[in-house]
Order: sequence, then structure tokens, then C-alpha cells
Amino acid sequence: MIKLKGRVIVAGRVEGEALVSAQPLSFYGGVNPETGVIVEKGHMLQGAKVSGKILVFPYGKGSTVGSYVLYAMAKYGTAPKAILNREAEPIVVVGCILAKIPLADKFNLDPVENLKTGDMVRLWEDGRVEGWKP
Amino acid sequence: MYLTGEEEAVLDGERGEAPAKLMKLLVALGEIYGADRMLKVSSVHVSGVSYKNIGTPGLELLEDLASQEGRIEPEVKATLNPAGMDLEKWRLMGIPESFAGKQLQVYEAFKRMGVSEGLTCTPYEADNKPGLCESVAWAESSAVAYVNSVLGARTNRESGITALASAITGRTPNYGFHLEENRKPTLLVDVEARLEDALDFGGLGYLVGLNHGNAVPYFRGVKAGGLEEFKALGSAMASSGAVALYHVEKITPEAAKYKKEAENVEKTKVSGEMLRRVFERFPLNRERFDCVFLGCPHCSLEKLKRVAEMVEGKRVKGRFWLCTSRRIYSEALKLGIVEALKGAGVLILRDTCMVVAPLKDIGFETVLADSFKAAHYLSGSLEASLASTKRCVEIAIEGRVKP
Repeated sequence: MIKLKGRVIVAGRVEGEALVSAQPLSFYGGVNPETGVIVEKGHMLQGAKVSGKILVFPYGKGSTVGSYVLYAMAKYGTAPKAILNREAEPIVVVGCILAKIPLADKFNLDPVENLKTGDMVRLWEDGRVEGWKP
Repeated sequence: MYLTGEEEAVLDGERGEAPAKLMKLLVALGEIYGADRMLKVSSVHVSGVSYKNIGTPGLELLEDLASQEGRIEPEVKATLNPAGMDLEKWRLMGIPESFAGKQLQVYEAFKRMGVSEGLTCTPYEADNKPGLCESVAWAESSAVAYVNSVLGARTNRESGITALASAITGRTPNYGFHLEENRKPTLLVDVEARLEDALDFGGLGYLVGLNHGNAVPYFRGVKAGGLEEFKALGSAMASSGAVALYHVEKITPEAAKYKKEAENVEKTKVSGEMLRRVFERFPLNRERFDCVFLGCPHCSLEKLKRVAEMVEGKRVKGRFWLCTSRRIYSEALKLGIVEALKGAGVLILRDTCMVVAPLKDIGFETVLADSFKAAHYLSGSLEASLASTKRCVEIAIEGRVKP
């Protein structure tokens, strides 16, 4: 089991399967809010579904409408269960606050490097993260 | 984080539920990023206006805010980003009634809050043009890059909702690009490639955004550039990456201040070959398009004039759409440019652009554009190709790509 400790932005205790992107992500234009599928052409996770996953990526990029998209995804039931960032940028932060999606960043170990897609991940309210092979 | 008595009062609900809720959001953001206090903002630009982007949840959120005393501070200059359609000519775009109804409801909610101007991604060409060092809160990634870098005003990459929060509270937390130390370059880009037109600037931006998405780039070797070139550069960098601020040696207002510092940061270069290869992402590999589209970011008066000259005495075959702001449109109207374009069969739209319009509902599958930002976002849902402005106009006139 690997253990990480990060900064809590939106607190929550959740457990789920990790979906890890080494590339930044834009929720607007990059993810279809109705299906939760990543649609950005050429993105390493193109075609993957973020819904219900512990979504791990370095930082948000692109459109400033991304916060609304995260909020809408929460309403549609297609949002990720939690988001772990290397460093969260304001668009993702605001989206997670509005949508009440647990969010943590600034970990002692880089979650992008240390967690793998398919790992089981548990996030605690205090920013602790545990990851293990299922 | 220190709050003034006035700010505390807003937080306590003295101005109503919406201002309190939005102040709480700004304080939370300020705490996360270590802001010491709030700044007063003079100008705000709000994104998240297209119903296609915000959907029913976004519409409901805006309607709630409007009915909970969400009103724009009168001393703040506030503008809106484009909507999903021309608010008047939407039928000409093939927009379904159901979408139009929802879009008008979104606009109505904003109007109730006191913001109805702009409807453009280029507010700096539509009477919202802050000056050097002014504290502002802008959303719309391309406008953020422009206002920070070319005008030298100071904003973070605001989300649509935090920009609205700043318009209603008149405040933004003091962190990030509001602080001098964060405006220093973090990447030196030596541009060896020759930049021939605005599209090449877009290519340069797209490449830098892809590889250094959260940098503050300092460009060296860019000989000249104006409104069109920097609109293309910044909008591309903020699409493939999250770049909110850049400097261009000898051109942008803060570059001189950072000339020395730029020597001591990570270095990269962009060669002609690298620039050529980035175009391969959006190849011109088909003969016909459902639509040729110019105006991402919104067309300037100069650009409309240039296109009007190119189509003079000709008629375009197939759909050729130009998008611009109401402000620029009214100037073009006075100069006879609108009439000239209409005469050639060009559809000029206001309030909207193809990146935020419901293209699937309209039935488009292939689009040709002269903007990396447009191609980037359109390629998420359809086939997008790129060509220079001049080539786009030629293709619109021919009705197809001549081999």
C-alpha cells in the first residue's frame, strides 16, 4: 500500500478506482458532461470515463467554464468521486466547491507518479490518501 | 485572511443571500491560495453564458442567484462572454427553438443581476479595457491572457462563477497574478521560427501551451505583433494549456522589467520545423466543409474590413460565418462593411461563436477555421481543419479546397 498526504480543499471520505492522467485536463470541451467521457482529441485518456472514479491529474487547463461543467456533472451524476491534483488551479477548485466534489492537492508524493489507473484509492477528510492494487 | 468591516457585512448577509454566498466562495479561494486580503476590482468579465456550456444546472444556479439579491456592484465595469447563439439571428443559424428558449432564459438571469453588455470574448475591443496594473477579475481564458499580457492589468484565471462573484461583491482575493512576484517569467522561449501571419502565432502558442501549460513564458525573437497576432497567440496557449500571462520582448508592457530575470529561467526554443508539425494536428485534408468560420476570438474591425475587401465583387459558396461583438458590428455597419459582407453571402453573427454554439444540433460535422483555439475545442465533437484567414476566405469563395 502507498500512502500520500495532501492539502484538503474540499473535504470528504471516499473510496474508489483511480483514473490517472499525466496530462492536464480541461473539463469544458475536454469532457462530455452528460456521459462523463473524456473527448479531447489526442488526450492520453481520450475515451475514458471519469464518472465515479478518483480522478488524478496534474492541474486543470483550458476554458474558464470548467467550473460550471463540474457542477453540471455532479447534477447529472457523471462527476468523478474525488479529484487529486498535483496543484489545483482555481477553475477546478471552484467547480469542486460548488459541486461538493472532494478535492486535495500538494501531496508529499506526486499522486500522478505514485498512483496508477485501476488502483484502489481511499481519500480521508484530512487529506491522507491510500492506494493499493486491487 | 483580513476582511474589512464592509466585506464582513456582505459575508454576514447584509446585502442578501447571493452576495453572502459568493463572498464565501471568494474567501474560500483566498484562504486556499494564501491571500492576505481582498482587492477592489474595477472590471469584470464573466464567462459561462452559453446554455450549451452551463446546461440546466448552470441556468438554475444563475436564476437562484438573481432571485437572491445577486446584483452587480455599480462601480464595476462588467461584460459577458458569448452566448450559444446570436440573440436575434438565431433562426438563421439553425438553432432549435428549445435551445433558444433556454439561452434567452440564461441571458435574462444575467440581465436581472445587472450585466447585459459585451456578449463577446474580446471585451477589450468592446469598451471594457482596463489599464496597466489595474486589479480586475476576468474569466474567458483567451481574454485573461490578453488583459494580463498585452494590457498589463492583473487578473487570475477566473472561472465564470468567481468572475460573477467579483462583479457582485466588487472584490477578488489578492493572490496569484495580482502579486508582482508571480508575474515574473518562468520560461524563456527563443522563437527561431518565422511567424508570417496570425495563424503562425497561434501555432506557436498552441505548442508552448501543450508543453508548458502552466508557465509564464517570455518570448524572445518575435519581431512584431499587434492585436490579431496576440489574440491568436494567447487564445491558443490558453486552450492547449492554462497560460494566463506571457511577455514578449520589446513589445508587451511588462517585458522590459523582466528582461534580466528571463535569462535565469528554464529555456526552450521553437524552430520552423516544430511550428510546421503542430499544424499537422488539424490538417486540411478534405475538399468541402459544412462551414468556414472566422471569429475565434471575435473578429476585430480590421479583420472584418480585410475579409470584406477579399470578397468584394464575389459570392461565397456554402456557409461562411463571421463572428464578432455587437460593438464592432455597429462600427462595421457605419462603414458599410456589414453590407459588403452580406452582399457576398457571408453571415455575420453577434453575441456568439462556433466554439460555444450547439453545433451538433445545427448538424455540422466539418468546420474550417483560422484559429487554433477554435480547432482545439471543435475537434472534441467534430472534424476541424485549420488554414490562414486568407486561405479560409479563398476556400469559402471556391466552395471547396482546390488541389
